Amino acid sequence: MTFEAGQTLSNLTKPPITRTTLALYCGASHDHNPIHVDMDAARAIGLSDVIGHGMLTMAYMGQCLTAVFQQDQIRQFQTRFISPTHIGDEITCQSVVRSISDGDHPEQMLEIDITACDQNGQTKAVGTALITLA
Amino acid sequence: MIDRHHIGHSCPPSTVRVEAGFLKLFAKATDEPDPIYHNEHAARAAGHRDIPAMPTYGTCLLLNNPAPTAYLEDLGVNPQSVLHAEQTFFTTGMIYAGDDITLHRKVTDIYDKKDGALEFVEWETQAVNQFGETVLTMRVKGVIRHDL
Repeated sequence: MTFEAGQTLSNLTKPPITRTTLALYCGASHDHNPIHVDMDAARAIGLSDVIGHGMLTMAYMGQCLTAVFQQDQIRQFQTRFISPTHIGDEITCQSVVRSISDGDHPEQMLEIDITACDQNGQTKAVGTALITLA
Repeated sequence: MIDRHHIGHSCPPSTVRVEAGFLKLFAKATDEPDPIYHNEHAARAAGHRDIPAMPTYGTCLLLNNPAPTAYLEDLGVNPQSVLHAEQTFFTTGMIYAGDDITLHRKVTDIYDKKDGALEFVEWETQAVNQFGETVLTMRVKGVIRHDL
């Protein structure tokens, strides 16, 4: 596979987030913060409903990488969380090649931009990854 | 405001067994299509020694702890007041079901912006497997809003 800057690598749309999604992620991730699964707890801190786990969004973004590369090619994976996800959100993650470097690193590396947006185009998280091609 | 003398503070190391059942549940919860994350046989057929932990699973190891918010309470921070602003994984090896991962977490920075309205804390955790290999370094940036 050859790569060039600006190339879209993957475009992944996940099923809409349901309360079941968040309950499963709560159990699987050991993140038992009630604001993700308990509407009463969410309302008690001023939210109108539960919000999704940021790390669920990042897991989806990671699937954008492992759909194209072997997991052990991922050297670095960073995400900045922009806004919370809500029940019913359909998250689409897109990964695009930013650059191909072989500069001061002994391995040839791909730098990738990853975005996670909802069905209205609102950005939920943005990330970057470094992938080794060695 | 958080006392800046906490910068450099190390949490007591903890060791966590990576459980296959939780890796499979994580793959189900994230609607992961690749069978290597669901099934030992598929993982071994693909050259892995067991089911791999998915790329972001490392933070779950930190949470698999009887006192998952103690690292915040140590700083006098109310866990409900912290938002997850940023997460970074530096990966140097794979984590598999059955591994015993020892986590070394420390506070790497505390600073504020907007005249103290936003306070940031950064932690770094090294994850070392049972062979003594550092397989993962995780950085997390939390933000505490004092303007609400």
